[in-house]
Order: sequence, then C-alpha cells, then structure tokens
Amino acid sequence: MAEQILNLEQVRHVAKLSRLAIPDDQLPRFTQQLESILEYVEQIKQADVQGVEPMAHAVRLTNVFRDDTPQPALSTQEVLSNAPETDGPFFKVPKVIGEDDSAG
Amino acid sequence: MSQSFATLVEVRNAIASKQISAVELTRQVLQRIESLDPVLHCYNEVWADRALQVAKEVDQGQRQGELAGVPIALKDNLCTRYGRTTCSSRMLANFKAPYDATVVRKLESAGAVIVGKTNLDEFAMGSSTENSAFGPTRNPWDTDRVPGGSSGGSAAALAASFCYGSIGSDTGGSIRQPASLCGLVGLKPTYGRISRYGLVAFASSLDQIGPFAWTVSDAALLLKVMSGHDPKDSTSAPMDVPDYVSSVDRPVEGLRIGIVKEYQSLPGLDPQVRSAIEQAIRTYEKLGARIVEVSLPNSAYGIAAYYVIAPCEASSNLARYDGVHYGHRTKEPVNDIVELFSKSRAEGFGDEVKRRIMIGTYALSSGYYDAYYVRAQKVRALIKRDFDHAFGFCDVILTPTSPMPAFRIGEKSSDPLSMYLCDIFTVTCNIAALPGISLPCGFTQDAKPLPIGMQLLAPAFGESTLLRVARMFEQATDFHTRRPVLG
Repeated sequence: MAEQILNLEQVRHVAKLSRLAIPDDQLPRFTQQLESILEYVEQIKQADVQGVEPMAHAVRLTNVFRDDTPQPALSTQEVLSNAPETDGPFFKVPKVIGEDDSAG
Repeated sequence: MSQSFATLVEVRNAIASKQISAVELTRQVLQRIESLDPVLHCYNEVWADRALQVAKEVDQGQRQGELAGVPIALKDNLCTRYGRTTCSSRMLANFKAPYDATVVRKLESAGAVIVGKTNLDEFAMGSSTENSAFGPTRNPWDTDRVPGGSSGGSAAALAASFCYGSIGSDTGGSIRQPASLCGLVGLKPTYGRISRYGLVAFASSLDQIGPFAWTVSDAALLLKVMSGHDPKDSTSAPMDVPDYVSSVDRPVEGLRIGIVKEYQSLPGLDPQVRSAIEQAIRTYEKLGARIVEVSLPNSAYGIAAYYVIAPCEASSNLARYDGVHYGHRTKEPVNDIVELFSKSRAEGFGDEVKRRIMIGTYALSSGYYDAYYVRAQKVRALIKRDFDHAFGFCDVILTPTSPMPAFRIGEKSSDPLSMYLCDIFTVTCNIAALPGISLPCGFTQDAKPLPIGMQLLAPAFGESTLLRVARMFEQATDFHTRRPVLG
C-alpha cells in the first residue's frame, strides 16, 4: 500500500484555504476521494522532465495592448443587479473589522 | 410535414426557400420539447416566447444570415442577457448575465433562433451531466444511460431533435465525448479560434467553445459563424477565418492518418469500440489514405497532468463566487466575512466542484506547487512536443473518442476517478491546444444500439483539414444518418 498523501487534518486545512465550510462528518469521505485522485495524479512524477521548461500554454501568447480610451461600461445598477444584498451604490457585507480593531 | 431529425443545412434551406416558415419550425421544436424533455431533461430553460418572436422576425425578413430561422441550443455556461445563466449550479441558480457572450451575438447576427439553455455538469466539471444541481440529462438513444458530459444537455438536445445545432464548451473532452455517446459530430476548435468572452471560466488555458451537429457540413457552418478574433478575448487568435463550408467536400489528396502506438494495447478499451475504430481505419485505407503509426509516449501522463492543471485553474477562477457580488449567499447567521464566504460556497457548490477546488488549492499551496503544478506544466510541454513530432509524419491522428459507449446513470458517479478516466483520449488535445473532432463510426450490438465515436486530431488551426478528412469518412459511411427512436 502506497504511503498516504493526504490526511484528514490536511483536508480540513485545504477546505479552510478554499473557503469551503465542509462539515466534520463529510471530511472522511472527501479525504478518501482526494487521496485516490492524488494517488493517480502522482504518475506525473514518473515523466522524464529533465531539462524541460514548464509550459503555461501550448499557444504562444503575448501581451495584447490597446489604446487607453474610455469605452461604454455597465451601469452601477447593472453591476449590482445580481448582488445578494446592496445598500445604495454599494455591495453590502457583514462586519469585516472587529470592534477592537476600530480606529481609535 | 415534420422536420424532426433533419440536418441544420436542410432546415436552413427549407426556410430560405419558404418550404416551411421559421415560426412553424420553431413551434414544432417547442412542441417536441414540451412532450419529451420532461423525461430527457436536456434544457434548464426554454425560451419559447422569445424564440417565436425571433422566428417571426426571420419570416418577416427583419433577420437574415447563414443561420436564418434555425433553432439552436446553448450550453448554460454561455452568458446571455435574456434568461438565466446557471452553469447547472445552485451557486448561479438565479444569475442573470448583464451581457451576451460573443458567440451568442454572432449566432444571433447570423439569424439563429436560440431555443434555450442546456444542462451540464456543474461548471462543466464532469463526463456524464450527472453533476448537475438540477438533475441528470438522459441519453436519447437509451434513457437509462448518460449522454456524456459536460455538454450533455446540448448533445442530447440535438440527438432528440430539440434543435438543429447546439453549442458546448470543451475543456478536456466536454464536446467530443458527449458527441460520441450521442451519435453526433462534435468539434473542439483550436484554442483561440473562437472567442471565450462570456463563457463562464473553468480552466482558462484549456476551455474552448464549439458546435454539435448531425453532419460535418453543419459543424463547418457553425464553426464559420462563431470563429474569429474578438478584442474582448485577448487570447482569441488575430487570424482570418477560412471558409470551412466551401472546402469541406474536397477530399485531402495523399492523406496520411496517424494511429497511436501507445493506444493499441490500452486496457479498459471496450471491444466494440476497438472493432469500430479498426473498421474506420480500413474505410480510410479503401479511400486511399496511408496509415502511419505514430508515437505519443507522454500521452500516458495526459489525465494526470490534466487533473492537476484544470483543478488549479478552476480553484483560481471559482474564487470569484463569494456570496457578495453575485450568486448564492448563505441565510445562516455568520460572525464575519470569511464565514460568509465559506458557508455560501459550501452551500452553493456541489461535491465535484468542491473536490476540484480543493485539489487545485492543495496543488498550488506552498510546498506542493513545484511537485504538482510546475511538473504538470512540464508534462504539458512534453505532450505538445510529442504531437509536433507526430504531425511531421501524418496529417491527422485517429483515436477512439471515448473508451466506452454511453454508460448507465449512476454507474460511475460514486467513484470520481473512474469518471476521470473517460477523458483518456480527449484531454491531450486541450493540453496541446489542438483542434479535435468526434464523429459517429459505429453502433453497439445492444438491444438499444449505442453510438460509437472516433476522434480526429490535427495541428493547431488545421480545422479545414480536420473537417475535410471527417467528411471523407461521412461520405463513405451512413452512421451519421441513424437517429434514436423516442417515445
């Protein structure tokens, strides 16, 4: 049996980094599934990549520039039209800064 | 007269010559959808009123073009101002895009009648359309089976004659594999051939939009309409679009077809698929093609590299779903904004999307980045190099599209890895940014015969060759004329 790549605590950590609130009772299932995927993916370690440069894309892409001229854009109303909660021209979110952090 | 199962060009010509009105044709399609789609579930949303209005404008001569009056279906990850754009996710269940994707604009400018938005694996992640938050789509050839995925709704909608052409997106096989499982032509163009502006991003270095059609000529027409540079997608190629339609009937002289040495002894290839592919090779030989064995040694790492690269890009692209700007927001009480993000995302995304976000986040995290992401990018370079070398000896490469015909609903859904292996022949095309096409090349012996597809791959921007080679096969066979028997 191959060495375990991922344990439950690591999956908990990855879920946190991913901003996914995974309940404790689902962690074992995700751990087992992610483990089996990573075990398969490990095959790339067998490829002979000696002296090979990583390729971000198979098409040669270069920066594309254009003149910096104003173009029509979406209105504030259109931009906000799908927002779950708004307040005037703003997206509304819960408190970001704790009481103690407020500037004094 | 019913036009069910006619080809796109046939109905386009019938409208142009006033044999049928666009309104009458659209009405037929809408009636078919109403009676049969409750079983198949191809559509997330049907645009009945709007489709009839557009069709009326075609009949009145207010809309013209190469697709005038032709009912077309769109995968529900293409942004449209009309209706919703859900990606078959709870996250976007009520999302209304504030703009049209460039392909949507191009199709409508050509006179197409958009019938509605089709089901997909959530955010295009899957190979069966079972990962939809709104329930699976069924295969019209056998409703106990999947249509493939992720563009399964678009494939099944055409196979059921709920439209005469449909649009999908292909990140690792998501057009070609469902085309294969539904007995259709499915084309994934070269990266950059078609603008991705307005396609909801999954893996930005791999995603490409393309058509489903009954025939190669239909696919050529849809490709021609959708292709071209777009200032709104800086990765779209600033190159002229050849007339794919006028060249398609011209056979390729001295055609050399590559068959892949490493695929000859592959375990897990269905024997009926193997024999259909062997038969297809013999058909090409009879047409005068020379068969050349080529080697793609690093294709063995294709799936592994793909399931690093695609999830890494997905984890970054899907970071935008935060429950703040648009999309689902949790109703649970939260203490701070991070909890708002985490709960909204956990409620909004299905399990496969969560798995891929976590795989990508893990592979990009400090300490693992070089072992996974950088290494996968090196394997990408090797796969590209293999293809460059192989195309020195042949014009196109022929492979199966899918290792198996349509499988049963539920058969693979409990084992994510077994689903990933469906993509074995299709992912390298995206990794190397090549064009690929799937076309019908046989049927199984089942009581309800299932379509089998073959894939042809060509060098970048070799769509004309690809279509011409596919058309040669189509002219010599009649697999593309078979249609499913429905209720």
